[in-house]
Amino acid sequence: MTWVNDVIQGIMLGGFYGMLACGLALMFGLMRIINLAHGDIAVLGAYLIYVVLEHWNTSPFLAILPVLPVMLLLGYFLQRLLLERSLRSGLLVPLLTTFGLSIVIQNLLEQGFSPDVRSLGAQAGSVATASWQITSQLSIPAIGALTLGVAIVIFGGLQLFLSRTQSGRQMRATAQDPDTAELVGINSRAVYARATAIAVAIAAIGGMFLAIRSDFYPYSGPTYLIFAFEAVVIGGLGGSLWATLLGGIVLGVAQTIGGQINPEYPVLAGHIVFLLVLLSPRGGLVNLRRVTA
Amino acid sequence: MSAQPLPAAPGRSTIRRWTRLSSGFTSGFGLLIVALIFVPVVLGANTVQDLTTLLTYVLMGVMWNALAGYGGLVSVGQQAYIGLGAYATVWLADHSVNPYLGMLLATLFCGAVAVPLSFVMLRFRGAQFAIGTWVVAEALAIWVSLDNALGAGTGTSLSQLDSYAPTSREHYTFWLTLGFTAFFTGALFVLLRSRLGSSLQAIRDDEDAAASVGVRVVAGKRILFLLAAAGAGAAGAMTLANTLFIEPTSVFSVNYTAFMIFIVLVGGLGTFEGPIIGAIVLYEMQNLLGNDGVWYLVALGGAAMAFALFLPRGIWGTLEERTGLRLMPLGYRVGRAKSAAAPEEP
Repeated sequence: MTWVNDVIQGIMLGGFYGMLACGLALMFGLMRIINLAHGDIAVLGAYLIYVVLEHWNTSPFLAILPVLPVMLLLGYFLQRLLLERSLRSGLLVPLLTTFGLSIVIQNLLEQGFSPDVRSLGAQAGSVATASWQITSQLSIPAIGALTLGVAIVIFGGLQLFLSRTQSGRQMRATAQDPDTAELVGINSRAVYARATAIAVAIAAIGGMFLAIRSDFYPYSGPTYLIFAFEAVVIGGLGGSLWATLLGGIVLGVAQTIGGQINPEYPVLAGHIVFLLVLLSPRGGLVNLRRVTA
Repeated sequence: MSAQPLPAAPGRSTIRRWTRLSSGFTSGFGLLIVALIFVPVVLGANTVQDLTTLLTYVLMGVMWNALAGYGGLVSVGQQAYIGLGAYATVWLADHSVNPYLGMLLATLFCGAVAVPLSFVMLRFRGAQFAIGTWVVAEALAIWVSLDNALGAGTGTSLSQLDSYAPTSREHYTFWLTLGFTAFFTGALFVLLRSRLGSSLQAIRDDEDAAASVGVRVVAGKRILFLLAAAGAGAAGAMTLANTLFIEPTSVFSVNYTAFMIFIVLVGGLGTFEGPIIGAIVLYEMQNLLGNDGVWYLVALGGAAMAFALFLPRGIWGTLEERTGLRLMPLGYRVGRAKSAAAPEEP
């Protein structure tokens, strides 16, 4: 029964990783770049929510509402001012640029907010602590169920956006062939900027759950970038969006089961599963070639 | 490999590798290394320690540049070998190996560990390689921090070095660092001048095109991967010899890779001389802004970004491009033959 419990906890944790991985997968699917500052952007989102909560005594779930438009703008300008330029000079430069950005964000956060460890769990109220006791060994924490639910809504919403809206169709067309998309009148630079804006905003939602579920500090970002990237790769790079959520869930389950074997092993177990997937002949669970994005 | 002009189109031009400038500079470089040997005898302890730090930066930069600048492989996980080199030295010293011999063996060990790892990692390019190497470093850090024999999370020290007098310890460490830096820089120099050097530059410029004309891409990359691993391992052992104490979180810290990226981007990605300049800039920046200041790291990341975006060839690469200056004989130059009676151009 503990194993069943572990798998269920792992699936819910996987929803969280999927949420963090979503923006990373969107940007990779579209531009073939990995934003190494993605984890730090999620942490930045958590800090912005923290700032809102200092002025407005409410729940983080409401405090994120003013943060989201800020993050959308931030993502838009990140693409326009930095990534767009780096994309022109091959595959190495975007990696190096975003790595530099990651160091800048971490240290500016430390400068602005001190290295103290914080959590928004208390402000989230009963959601953070409540759980449904199903049997003596099986309980479902409310925050876990909410994380998974929100993750499914995000992935579903993004899927609908990509398949049903004009802007989403432009994104898919640009992902498949940017030059041809340009020929039929799509402004690929605008498409990229919109996608990065969405990716950054989703990262902020991930940051909110990060801040409620556990604690965070200015240097938390890289750990979560690695988890998010592991989820993307386990799902199969260039696969479908839902495969990324599935990858997150596999990572989450690997971590909880690893933690069951030895309390010190969860992260190591996740890394090992990731490396095993890299070693596998197909290099990913689902290796469908760009089904959606 | 030879200093002789290669035969070229008859009577029209020659292909030369050495110029008067580059042979002068190469011998100057050699002389500088010889002169550095005498630094501990002539100069004070502070200078010796400062130069040890600087040389370690040069070594880290040159090795990261070998991987990224010539192999096109951006690694965010070279701290794996920094940590491994340091911890292997401690482990060997605990098993009664002389600590300085242990540093040499630890370097070889890092190269050996990279052999099986290369078969996994070289399947990837770009971001997958970058984060794949990073995950390996993280996994190693966790593994070491769970190992009580290695001091677990609280760290361990190389107490065996206490048996040396502080002054002679500093001197030995300096000489070993100088030896490592000279050896690995020299190895890269020889590698780049060999037949493999041309293949490596072809791989960097366009991997698929290189493969299509018969360049053995993976073999070339593997040699760089092993060299960079052993070099970073040596730098790790030197870091330990300099600080005498290590703990998993700091010695496996991604900040080491941040230093390497800064050094190479500022100096010039894919240039031989660049990392040396970048290492000096990093060293001066640390003196100027203080080693653990937050603003210093902001400046470090910001400068790396600015160079990647606006001056991707770095200080040295840009200088080479603008002036046509080539200090090291690594390329080929086409010149008019002096002896042959070259007919007038039509």
